Amino acid sequence: MRMPTLRRDIVCRQAVELVTDYLEGVLSRRDTRRFEAHLQACDGCEEYLAQVKTTISLLGRVQPEDLSPETRQGLIELYRQFLEA
Amino acid sequence: MSDDDLVRRLRSGDESAFVELVDTYQSSMVRLAQAFVPSRALAEEVAQDTWLAVLKGLDRFEGRSSLKTWIFRILVNRGRSTGAREQRTTPVDISDEAAVERRRFDAGGAWSDPPTHWADEVVERLSNGPLVLKVRAAVSGLPENQRAVVTLRDLEGLSSKEVCDVLEISEANQRVLLHRGRSRVRARLEEELAKR
Repeated sequence: MRMPTLRRDIVCRQAVELVTDYLEGVLSRRDTRRFEAHLQACDGCEEYLAQVKTTISLLGRVQPEDLSPETRQGLIELYRQFLEA
Repeated sequence: MSDDDLVRRLRSGDESAFVELVDTYQSSMVRLAQAFVPSRALAEEVAQDTWLAVLKGLDRFEGRSSLKTWIFRILVNRGRSTGAREQRTTPVDISDEAAVERRRFDAGGAWSDPPTHWADEVVERLSNGPLVLKVRAAVSGLPENQRAVVTLRDLEGLSSKEVCDVLEISEANQRVLLHRGRSRVRARLEEELAKR
């Protein structure tokens, strides 16, 4: 859910929706202050942000599957055919 | 090796330049294509078609974007059209999807069932293979557009601008998809860690 301008203190349900915008650095200065103030006072949301950061680190460790020698050779053939065409 | 050099060598028939490109991008291309098509075999086909389109289109490469984002953009377009043919494409997701289930908050919006602590503990064993596998499976289960954004941003490490360029979406749309995708993966991880 996208939050419109936060008029007052934010609650946990709103804070979890602001995490990505916060990490992307697109919150206004005012909203950033409110978000950080909430986290300082809220153990659950502090942990939540830490979990999202941990999730991002784990995502960064997912490696693509290795290219098989057959596929690699097939693509080299493709290039040779392309040159001949 | 700069993009311009690579393109020049490809045009002049330098096979080692092509091999270098294949070794750099093929695995990532197949992984990205899997966001749009239902099988790995089809994803490999999409990647192969992409290489041919790249070679045929070399003269049109103007260096306005990097070679990488140009190749990925061609791949995404082919993946989308192949996926549509395979009827995998889901309607654009415009639903209001909460990062955390509503029942975990009280009426005032404060946590009633707050997250248990595991972020630090998991960081200490980040090389933990089984958890990385869970995360990979969670990404595979994401809706197409969330999967594509998370794959490009968090798995490939592209910038938000590059992701918008590859997927031809706005920055705001990219952030919504990233938010939903990451939130879902975190929730899967939470479920997994609760079992232990």
